[in-house]
Amino acid sequence: MTDSKRFDEAEKGYREALGGETIRDVEFTTVSGEAVDPLYGPRHTAGLDYLEDLGFPFAGFGTAADTNRRYHYLLEHGQTGLSVAFDMPTIMGYDSDHKRSEGEVGRCGVAIDSLKDMETLFDGIDLSKITTSMTINAPASILLSFYLAAGEKKGIPFDRMGGTIQNDILKEYIAQKSWIFPPEPSMRIITDILAFCSDHVPKWNTISISGYHIREAGSTAVQELAFTLADGFAYVEAGMAAGLDVDAFAPRLSFFFNAHLDFFEEIAKYRAARRIWARRMKEKYGAKDERSLLLRFHTQTAGCTLTAQQPENNIVRTAFQALSAVLGGTQSLHTNSMDETLALPSEKAVMIALRTQQMIAEETGVINTADPLAGSWFIEAKTREMEEKAEDYFRRIDDFGGVVKAIEQGFFQKEIGRAAYTYQKAVEAGKKIIVGLNAYEIEGEKIDIPLLKIDPQVESHQKENVRKVRENRDNDKAARELARLATAAAGDDNLIPVILDCARCYCTEGEIIGELKKIFGEYREPLFL
Amino acid sequence: MARMIRVLVAKPGLDGHDRGAKVVANALKDAGMEVIYTGLHQTPEMIAESAVQEDVDIVGLSILSGAHMTMFPRVMELLKEKGAEHIVVFGGGIIPAEDVCRLEEMGVARIFGPGTDTGDIASFIKGSFPDTE
Repeated sequence: MTDSKRFDEAEKGYREALGGETIRDVEFTTVSGEAVDPLYGPRHTAGLDYLEDLGFPFAGFGTAADTNRRYHYLLEHGQTGLSVAFDMPTIMGYDSDHKRSEGEVGRCGVAIDSLKDMETLFDGIDLSKITTSMTINAPASILLSFYLAAGEKKGIPFDRMGGTIQNDILKEYIAQKSWIFPPEPSMRIITDILAFCSDHVPKWNTISISGYHIREAGSTAVQELAFTLADGFAYVEAGMAAGLDVDAFAPRLSFFFNAHLDFFEEIAKYRAARRIWARRMKEKYGAKDERSLLLRFHTQTAGCTLTAQQPENNIVRTAFQALSAVLGGTQSLHTNSMDETLALPSEKAVMIALRTQQMIAEETGVINTADPLAGSWFIEAKTREMEEKAEDYFRRIDDFGGVVKAIEQGFFQKEIGRAAYTYQKAVEAGKKIIVGLNAYEIEGEKIDIPLLKIDPQVESHQKENVRKVRENRDNDKAARELARLATAAAGDDNLIPVILDCARCYCTEGEIIGELKKIFGEYREPLFL
Repeated sequence: MARMIRVLVAKPGLDGHDRGAKVVANALKDAGMEVIYTGLHQTPEMIAESAVQEDVDIVGLSILSGAHMTMFPRVMELLKEKGAEHIVVFGGGIIPAEDVCRLEEMGVARIFGPGTDTGDIASFIKGSFPDTE
């Protein structure tokens, strides 16, 4: 008897044993609502050939050793890698003393108004010895300039500084919603960054193409996969349209995905992402450099899955999510703290989150083998299915005329909004079980974990700082540089050298953004419910 | 026939976390209310202005950026200035328990935290306006 026939008989027996009934009263679907068969076998991977379609796990992917090194690096955190989260006014391009900044300064990150703050932030740290990741998008060109200028003042050449800016503006319009300018000038700033960095800051990761926020906004796993990769293609096409060689900038692109609840669906998602990216980069964009085909990615566990109820359960939830990311081949990982639905994380919660990663790295042994689930009928079938569904989305996005046009029509926003509401209804109807939330609740539960508090003085101190910067600089020079920036923005020259000059003479972020707004205008989102 | 409840769902502050606001807006619509959603990045002035212009019964503020102790009092103050203190204010988001108490003392009708069933929000609103449908 062939394997396939034996499987068919086994499946038939399985269904008969169930008597046509499902064994539990909820549907067998993933958290994204995709169907899951009770049994997988050769039939599900029919037509897939190992050498032709799947390849060997190591080819083109980050290695377990990379992941391992990354974990050691996390162990020594604070010594070689720093990550900067900014407050909302910095993210939106307002100085701390702007009216719109009231109540928000220093709340969910650090306030950076000018080169001065960046110098303070990295005081006593050798910027040639560390890498810095900055979670910044719409004003990424400015924060990067502040950083480069801070290093330059210490005598460090640009090509010896390394780090990452998120700089993924497309997902801002789609999901995270921290935009400043309309899409077209925003894409120009991004291609200016790609060109400037490939010439002058070769160790910089120029875009971290992010699915994380798309998923957090309520998308399904397939939508996260498809929309993120579509954004990636849009950046590649924009770079090529600006005359850059694809292999000059593609190796510096990286990705950032979510690790959500559904264990195997997530693993299939990461695997599908790598396959799609490598294929497209080679076949459609003609990349020759192997590094352009690598989809290097960071993963963060899903903040939106954490429950305020029984918050300690989030430790376990996060561990499962982190494990799916590692089995899916992530290069680096962020594990959420258990108390993030309640407030900014406390020190103890952060420590447990870090220990979770260390247990995966040091104790479980799962990092010793790359792509350990390859060849599983279920995983391979799910991976292929996700690829196909992503390809469907790519066709629909092409029909709109590309990502920017689809954003303007509200396509992504509507798709995500619909998925979020569908999920909420499924949870409220008890079709999806969230432990501690809609099942296994504790009556009269008292939440008793220590929460971090923000010093209310931060805002007034920072307002004073930015006032002093404006007082102590050469204001004529600052005004001249800002005028030069307006001229450059109206023309075609690369903006980064001019923004750097503004940074060097202590123009503030708000002033630089203000000049650019005069030329580029501001984005207004069409309203969709 | 009793009139429909008019709700303004508003998103103050600079952050873009609109998933909760949109889900709640959709759920209240499905629960038979008239819902107006402001969109993102609203100032307290814009919210109070919309509330009065749209003649709503109740305003829900969704805040996840930590600016709640600035935003709620300001919106309530502005409503009062406009002679619209009859408009009920409630909210949701990531708001620590002790701030919830302080906000409720200031007159915010209810704060709904993460994991709230949207049906509870709809019942709360309907309970606040017994003479409507």
